[in-house]
Amino acid sequence: MRILTFLVLFLASQTTAWSQTQVIKIDKLEALINAPSDKVQIINFWATWCAPCVKELPLLEKLNADNADVNVTLINLDFADKLEKVNAFVARKNMKATVLLLDEIDYNSWIDKVDKGWGGAIPATLIINPKNGHRKFLDKELHDGDLEKLIAEVKQ
Amino acid sequence: MKTKIKFLAVVIGAAFLFVSATSSYQLGDSVSDFSLKNVDGKMVALSDFKSAKGAIVIFDCNTCPYSRAYNDRIVGLNKKFASQGFPVIAINPNDPQQSPGDSFEEMAAQAKSKHYDFPYLVDASQEVAKAFGASNTPHVFVLKKEGNEFKVAYIGTIDNNTRDASAASKKYVEDAVNALLQNKPVPTAKTKAIGCGIKWKNS
Repeated sequence: MRILTFLVLFLASQTTAWSQTQVIKIDKLEALINAPSDKVQIINFWATWCAPCVKELPLLEKLNADNADVNVTLINLDFADKLEKVNAFVARKNMKATVLLLDEIDYNSWIDKVDKGWGGAIPATLIINPKNGHRKFLDKELHDGDLEKLIAEVKQ
Repeated sequence: MKTKIKFLAVVIGAAFLFVSATSSYQLGDSVSDFSLKNVDGKMVALSDFKSAKGAIVIFDCNTCPYSRAYNDRIVGLNKKFASQGFPVIAINPNDPQQSPGDSFEEMAAQAKSKHYDFPYLVDASQEVAKAFGASNTPHVFVLKKEGNEFKVAYIGTIDNNTRDASAASKKYVEDAVNALLQNKPVPTAKTKAIGCGIKWKNS
């Protein structure tokens, strides 16, 4: 039953993701970080105005499309009043991974909840293996092969 | 034998680089003097501020939307605190190769159009940003002068609302400087904020 519910939610998220970005608060992000899952979770922090973020998005999209055992979530950090701009961007780039806009402007209150070593620069990517609790955090631009290497590391 | 010594020297050199790259200033640390080119072409050193009680060092740039959002607030900080002994010193560490909008010419244009009445310095080698451990823009370091030394008293963001200055409920930098002016401990000495990563040169 749980699997069925998950499947329905998953399909729903897949069909709506391209048209509507969900706006979330920090509790949702924390739930995502700590959720049990058989899949390796890739949580990427980005913004439409951040050139190196935009540059690495295709790597994340490709990884998400090619690997059934990996789940990519793109946490957008544009301001919430720019939601339409984000939706247009997601549609234009035909992005399939789940995009969530984190509407939390008091950054100092939540950055440490993602990773204590994070200074706040984006792009940044958190890789979690919920099965063994292993994590990796990267606060710089991803290059070809980086994600695969980090996934292999959290699987060990 | 000779190769062995050479190898050893390389290893030690690499270890040294690693240490210097990772050990940036922490709260309470004394800051080494630096001398960087200002947008008017003249060199400005931290030690030039002889009568200052401290300084508000801000790693900043032209291009980052968060820097632009804080632009007027940075001008405001200098207006409010330079006369009280805490001048703003803005430093742009971005590699203009990767961020053409941060070239020396563009910096000079920005300083002119925004009426900067404080230095806006080029950290061409990026050594100063590395020494401070700056990671994004804008990234603030409030320094307090003790004797001839400038010591780090606050590291972080300007306030807790990037989008709207009037809605900020915590003004970290102002609170820090006001506390230092009264010889009181800084209420919040370290904060974090989302910002654009510094555009480091390709190594």
